Amino acid sequence: MSKALAARSLVALVIVWTLLLLAPYWLPPFGGYTALGTRVLVLALAAMSVNFLLGFTGVLSFGHAAYFGLGAYGAGLSLKFLTMSSPLSIFYGMLLAGIAGAILGALIVRRRGVYFAMVTIAFGQVFYYIAFQWSSLTGGDDGLRGFSRQPLDFGLFSVDILSNANAFYYFVLFFFALVTAVMAVILRSPFGRTMVAIRENERRARFLGIPVERHIWIAFTLSCFFIGVAGALYALTNNFADPRGLHYSQSGDFVMMAVMGGMRTFWGPLLGAAVFVILQDYLSSVTVNWMSFVGLLFVLVVLFFPRGLLGFIRPTSKA
Amino acid sequence: MTGGVVTSARSLTGARIFEVQRADAMTQLLLFNVTNGLIIGAFYVLMALGLSLILNLSNVINFAHGGFLVIGGYIAYTITPYLGFWGALLVAPLLTAAIGIVVERILIRPLYGRDPLYSLLLTFGLAFIIEDGTRFIWGAQGKPVTIPAFLAQPLSYEFFFITGYRLFMVLMVVASVSLLFALLRYTRLGMRIRAGTLDLETVSALGINVGMLRSLNFAVGVFLAGLSGVLAAGQLGLEPTMGTGLLMPSFVAIIVGGVGSLPGTLFGGLLIGVASGVTAVFLPSASEAIMYVLMAVVLLIRPRGLFGEEGMMT
Repeated sequence: MSKALAARSLVALVIVWTLLLLAPYWLPPFGGYTALGTRVLVLALAAMSVNFLLGFTGVLSFGHAAYFGLGAYGAGLSLKFLTMSSPLSIFYGMLLAGIAGAILGALIVRRRGVYFAMVTIAFGQVFYYIAFQWSSLTGGDDGLRGFSRQPLDFGLFSVDILSNANAFYYFVLFFFALVTAVMAVILRSPFGRTMVAIRENERRARFLGIPVERHIWIAFTLSCFFIGVAGALYALTNNFADPRGLHYSQSGDFVMMAVMGGMRTFWGPLLGAAVFVILQDYLSSVTVNWMSFVGLLFVLVVLFFPRGLLGFIRPTSKA
Repeated sequence: MTGGVVTSARSLTGARIFEVQRADAMTQLLLFNVTNGLIIGAFYVLMALGLSLILNLSNVINFAHGGFLVIGGYIAYTITPYLGFWGALLVAPLLTAAIGIVVERILIRPLYGRDPLYSLLLTFGLAFIIEDGTRFIWGAQGKPVTIPAFLAQPLSYEFFFITGYRLFMVLMVVASVSLLFALLRYTRLGMRIRAGTLDLETVSALGINVGMLRSLNFAVGVFLAGLSGVLAAGQLGLEPTMGTGLLMPSFVAIIVGGVGSLPGTLFGGLLIGVASGVTAVFLPSASEAIMYVLMAVVLLIRPRGLFGEEGMMT
């Protein structure tokens, strides 16, 4: 990485983290509210997980909502039956999503291109139907209720993340920081470089003796672990898990956030998620036809901003 | 047949009669569900063949395919009072195909050179617009489509579920699938489509207008979606969300049959239709899940799909 680029990415890092850390203070003056910031953060984490695969390995999964939902149900069910600890429930949610991803990933990774996308969608729908049909466990169509996030107990003192919106925001931000840090470290490792090599030229990577399938499988599994964390945080945010969170249209939203923000950039999906969530929030409050406008957004972004907002600002892609 | 069994059973003891009747009911139920499965499978086939055509030639996953089905159905609903059912059956799919051509020319054509991700996202957004648009124009309430009275009657009292309309639907599907395969096999257009599926670059180098080919191919695919919309409307009535429910099984049909193979898609659609029909008898809650189980098994044993060729878009 050249010196100028390194300096630029350092500046970007400082800006992003300052904005995120101070969000509960600058959001209200702009007409926002902390809970909106929390939602952006959670969905951004999901979009970044999708982008970990899409933007950096070049593989399009259109079924990641399934693993997002598994994270949500995993966290919800563990809070309901297993544990009283919010962080532990996130761990369980992540584990459920990651393991499911690892198993299905093994079936999926040999496909490429549109075929890969189709298979991921179809397998994603399996979990949607399970959540929908297995009412005794999941609550079916009504979603999973009867759990709520628990105060953080540090022994000497405890933090109330249930009623204090700011405290919960920082709780979510902590996990967001943790997961994005892991992502960044992986992307900088030789493994991450190999992922990008596969994206750029799969055939050449294969000729160099890189086991492409295994790399894609690992990347797929990792991104399922990541999005599992996002899903678990989402369940804690709403104290509720919704079967529609597993539906492929949710996957479409995640992919859209990544593309709209700029899928070849690390922070693009965060920007995309912010724009998407705010727009959806606003549109659904002013018109019943918000679905048409969201659809129109998809069409316009694809036709006119295919490189996304950050790709537009920064034409040369990093990493 | 089954009536005869019951009559002769009358002379037997009560327990035997009960047993025979129960077996009879079981056969009825099984037959009922297999028939249902075949009919639903026929719908999957119509939808999936159109999707498959577009996917094979243009590498576009048309998420709006369910939307075109809905458009076909609602157009039929709108013009039935003027043209009657038979007129609507002919005109509605044609109008749907015309809309399809416009959509392809304006929205999808600019994306052919790009990553398939973009056409997928665009048609995904388009599906939203179509669903919301139909709700806006025709309302969220379901709409009935009147079918000719003679088609609405059951053909026999034993098998009350086989109505004339259901038979008619299956015949229509058989006829249109045969026509499609004949078109692909014997006409110049069909030959070009098949050649383009294998190697579009060479087809283009031979002086064939690939843009036109893709438009026509898209139109044929959308025509099939529109036709299934009209047929479905006569059986199930119309709802703005009905297209999305048929989209996923069509994907599964294509994957099970093997991407790139139309006979595979045909077989895959019928297979998952019947499989979910039979499952509905024994384990109703799993009737939706069974097709995904089938898909997983196929991907495990034969990753390219039942009829897929190695290296075809894998």
